Amino acid sequence: MTGVLPITIEDSTKIVQALLYSGKEYIGVMKLHGDAEETRVRKVMTEFEDAIFQRPPLRSSVKRQIRTRRVFYNEFLEMNGRNVLFKTACEGGTYIRKLCYDIGEIIGVGAHMQELRRSRSGPYSENDKTHVTLHDVSYWFGEWQEKKDPKILKEFIQPMETALALIPKIVVRDSAVDALCHGANLTAPGVLSVETGIAKDTMVAILSLKGEAIALAKAQSSTEQIFDANHGTVATLERVLMTRGTYPKVWKSGRKE
Amino acid sequence: MPRTVPPWEIKREIQVKAEDHTNSKYGHFPAERPAEEYIRYGVINLNKPAGPTSHEAWTKRIIHVECIGHGGTLEA
Repeated sequence: MTGVLPITIEDSTKIVQALLYSGKEYIGVMKLHGDAEETRVRKVMTEFEDAIFQRPPLRSSVKRQIRTRRVFYNEFLEMNGRNVLFKTACEGGTYIRKLCYDIGEIIGVGAHMQELRRSRSGPYSENDKTHVTLHDVSYWFGEWQEKKDPKILKEFIQPMETALALIPKIVVRDSAVDALCHGANLTAPGVLSVETGIAKDTMVAILSLKGEAIALAKAQSSTEQIFDANHGTVATLERVLMTRGTYPKVWKSGRKE
Repeated sequence: MPRTVPPWEIKREIQVKAEDHTNSKYGHFPAERPAEEYIRYGVINLNKPAGPTSHEAWTKRIIHVECIGHGGTLEA
């Protein structure tokens, strides 16, 4: 398969967790094994826009037990004979090959996945200006080594914070940063702002006022509750992203007024 | 079945609870990190070529870093 594959470098490798669970979008060709009406194909494809059940294929890297994955949309783009061009958005871990097979079974003629390209992985799209080939990476890195202009790095490397674009964020005070880097849970007094759409157990990204990623955490309450809280834990840490000691240790002396 | 909104179409709003300032002595705005740090905390939105090429080994070799990861295999 070809397409969008975000590559994390050294310390940013810690954010892959956030990318694995992010949604994906694919463009592909499904080959029908018999003739079918376009209206029929369209209708069946729409029926799969739901939570679907899949057992991972024989050759896969995970345990083979049935799991559910949500298909956000399963768009019919065009059809030429028995070839159907489609665009599918789904949760990470959805097997498109299986999806095509199942669509073929329901249509009644059988089908298989002929070609597939990933057009989006979470926040990273193939339409972004930042989407680069290995040739681009090689070229820009050469330019960077020669000229040492920081602008060149931005041509092919993005800050790891871009990987967190789709995750709801909580921004905290400078004084709360180092405790979080040491794995402490986030408590209400440290919170400066909170994004909408957070529920208990939602994965959240904790950022500094400069927009630096500090940690990934699991929310302990909703956006509204976090907004109203004056004390208590609002999120439990899952993964620390920032190096300890980046901000001064002030947490022994309690919070700033 | 109804089409559900994919994560990249969800709009979020920021609710500001309190104001504070940040000390410029500590940390960096992500876009202003010193080069070495910028690379170390970087992600490449790579267009993976066809075939079972070792893009990871390639990327490592190209940008001379120790450790490379990826956001999930491209398993169909």
